Amino acid sequence: MKTIDLEKSSVRELNQALHDQHNECTEREWEVTGVKGDHNLAVGLDQSLSVHIKGHAGYYCAGMNKKANILVEGNVGQGVAENMMSGSVRVTGDASQSAGATAHGGLLVVEGNAGARCGISLKGADIVVKGSVGHMSCFMAQAGTLVVCGDAGEALGDSLYETRIYVKGSVKSLGADCVEKEMRAEHIEHLTELLHRAGVDEDPAAFKRYGSARNLYNFKVDHASSY
Amino acid sequence: MSEEKDLNINTGLRESATFDHFTMAEIRRAAETGIYDIRGFGAKRKVPHFDDLLFLGASMSRYPLEGYREKCNTQVTLGTRFAKKPIVIETPVTIAGMSFGALSANAKEALGRGASEVGTSTTTGDGGMTPEERGQSSKLVYQYLPSRYGMNPDDLRKADAIEVVLGQGAKPGGGGMLLGQKITDRVAQMRTLPKGVDQRSACRHPDWTGPDDLAIKIQELREITDWQVPIYIKVGATRTYYDVKLAVKAGADVIVVDGMQGGTAATQEVFIEHVGIPTMAAIPQAVQALQEMGMHRKVQLIVSGGIRNGADVAKCMALGADAVAIGTAALIALGDNDPKWEAEYRKIGSAAGFYDDYQEGKDPAGISTQDPELSKRLDPVVAGHRLANYLRVLTMEAQTLARACGKNDLRNLEPEDLVALTVESAAMARVPLAGTSWIPGQKF
Ligand SMILES: Cc1cc2nc3c(=O)[nH]c(=O)nc-3n(C[C@H](O)[C@H](O)[C@H](O)COP(=O)(O)O)c2cc1C
Repeated sequence: MKTIDLEKSSVRELNQALHDQHNECTEREWEVTGVKGDHNLAVGLDQSLSVHIKGHAGYYCAGMNKKANILVEGNVGQGVAENMMSGSVRVTGDASQSAGATAHGGLLVVEGNAGARCGISLKGADIVVKGSVGHMSCFMAQAGTLVVCGDAGEALGDSLYETRIYVKGSVKSLGADCVEKEMRAEHIEHLTELLHRAGVDEDPAAFKRYGSARNLYNFKVDHASSY
Repeated sequence: MSEEKDLNINTGLRESATFDHFTMAEIRRAAETGIYDIRGFGAKRKVPHFDDLLFLGASMSRYPLEGYREKCNTQVTLGTRFAKKPIVIETPVTIAGMSFGALSANAKEALGRGASEVGTSTTTGDGGMTPEERGQSSKLVYQYLPSRYGMNPDDLRKADAIEVVLGQGAKPGGGGMLLGQKITDRVAQMRTLPKGVDQRSACRHPDWTGPDDLAIKIQELREITDWQVPIYIKVGATRTYYDVKLAVKAGADVIVVDGMQGGTAATQEVFIEHVGIPTMAAIPQAVQALQEMGMHRKVQLIVSGGIRNGADVAKCMALGADAVAIGTAALIALGDNDPKWEAEYRKIGSAAGFYDDYQEGKDPAGISTQDPELSKRLDPVVAGHRLANYLRVLTMEAQTLARACGKNDLRNLEPEDLVALTVESAAMARVPLAGTSWIPGQKF
C-alpha cells in the first residue's frame, strides 16, 4: 500500500504517480489522505489500481477512469467519474451535479444522494444511487443504466435514447419522450444483478422502469412542441 | 434565370427587394413542409468581409522585401502558455474541426493527408477520432464537445492538442445535428446510438456550466494528459471581447474564434444567417481583449469563418491573429461543389456551386456522405494532394503580401498595413477608411 498525503504532495504529483502505474505497475493499492475537497483527484487512470480517497473530493474526481477501482470516503463535487470507461467508483457520501456524465462503462455507486443531471448523456456505464437524484437526470442519456433507490427530481430522462432507468421512489416528473415501461422478468434479472454488483440491498420488484418512447428519434413536425 | 429576370424587367415587372425570389420560395417551402430549413455550408448573405480591406504596400516610407530572395517566415508555434509540447505548424493555415459522420472517412483522411503534406494541423470533430484520420495527420487536434460523442481518454492522450468547443460561428449558442440518414453502423457505433436516429448534439457541456467551472475542467484535461498538449477553446463570434477574456482566465493556451460566415455540416438556415458577427469584426475584439490582459501572442489566436485565399489569411494576421483555420475552402479544394458533378447535383435539386445539403448525405462529390458508393468517388490521396496544393498557394499568397509590406514574418503584419474600403469595414476592422485617417468610433 502506498499513501499520498495531499498536505505534502500536490494533485499533480498524485495523478502523475498514478499515471506512471500505466507503464509499469509497481503498486496496486493506493491511499490518498489530507484531502480537502481538491479537484481532479485520480483522473485519467488506466490501470487496475485500488485507490482509496479519504475525505471529500472536488470536481471531476475519478474523471475518465479506466480499469481502476476508486473509493471516496466522503462527498464529491461536480462530474464524479465523468466519461468513465471501465472500473468502478464508489462514493460513500453525496455527489454534486452531473455525476457519471457521459460515462461509457464501469460502475458508479453513490451511497448518498446525487444532484441534478446525474447520468447526463450517459453512454453505457451503470450508475446506482442509494439516495435520490436531482432534476434532469439522464438528460439525453444514450446507453447504460441508472438505478435510483430514492426519488427522482423533475424531467427525468428528458430526450432519452437507450438508457434504462429504474426508480424505487417517486418521480417528480418525466422529461420529453421518457415514459414508464413494463418491468418484465429480464429487467428484474438485470436490476438484481446490478444491485448485487453495487452491494445495495434493495428489492428489485419494488422499482419501476423508465425508458424512451422513441418518438423523438427522427424529426416529425407533429412533435414540434416537444423540440 | 437571369434571362427570365431581364425579360421581366423589360416588361416592367418589378421584383420586390424585400420579398425577392428566394424569400418567396422559402415562404412556400415552409408552408408546404411545416419544418424550418436545415442545411450545411456557411452564411450565404453578403456581410462586411476581408475583401473590404486593402494592404498598403511599401514605397518611400516603407521598405519592401525581395519577393523570391528574402525570407518571410510562416512557421507558428501554438500553445506556448502551459503545454510541455506546443504544436509547431509550418504554415499558419490549419484545418478546422469537421466531424467524421458529417464527412466521409475518405474525406477525413484526405484532410489529414493534405495538412500533413504541408506541415499543418487538422482537427477531429463531433463524433470522435478515426484511426484513418489519426494515422494520416501528423498534427491532430482533438475536439472536446458538448455531445462527447466518441470521446475517450485513449484518443485524448493520442491527440497533439485538445480543443474545447463552446460554439461555432455558424451557430453560436446552438447544438449540432446529424440526421438519421447519415447514421451508418460505423457512425452509430462510434457515437453509441442506434442506427438511423437523428443525433442531436447538445449546445451545452454536460459537466460544467460557467467559466469558473471551465477552468477546473481544463485542469482536469491537463491532469489527464500530464500537461503535455495545448488546450484550445473554440467560440463562435458573438461577444468576442468578453469571451476571449474569460477563455484566457479559464486557462486556454489557444483561442479559436469562428466568425458567422463559418461553415457547418447541418444547422437551421435561420441560425446560419442571423446569429453571430462577421469574422472581420471579431478579430479586433479578440486582439483587444488579449492585449489588455498582456496575453497577445502568449495565448495564440486562431481565426476562422470565410477564409478563401492568401489575402484573407494575411488580413487576419495583420489584424492580430496568429493563425487561421479553414473548413469550407478545404472541402472545395478536395472537390466539393465541383462542376464535374453538375449533372448529379441537378438530379438532387441543386447545382454545382450551390450545393449545401450536407445533412442529407447524398453528396455527389463523396465528401459529406456516408454512402459507400459515393464516398468511393473521393480518392484520399489525390484529394489530399489537391488540398496540400491549395494550402501552399494560400501560404505563398500571404507571404507575397507580407513581403510587399516589408515583413519578414507573417506575424509582423499589423493593422497599420491595412485600410478599409467601406465605412462599415473601417469601423469593424478598426483600420482607417482608405485615403483618410478616419477610424469610425475612434478618431475624427
Ligand atoms: C462539414 C462541416 C462540418 C463541421 N463540423 C464541425 C464540428 O464537428 N465541430 C466544430 O467545432 N466545427 C465544425 N465545423 C465548423 C468548422 O470547424 C469551422 O469553424 C468552419 O468551417 C470555419 O469556417 P469556413 O467553413 O468558412 O472556413 C464544421 C464545418 C463544416 C463545413
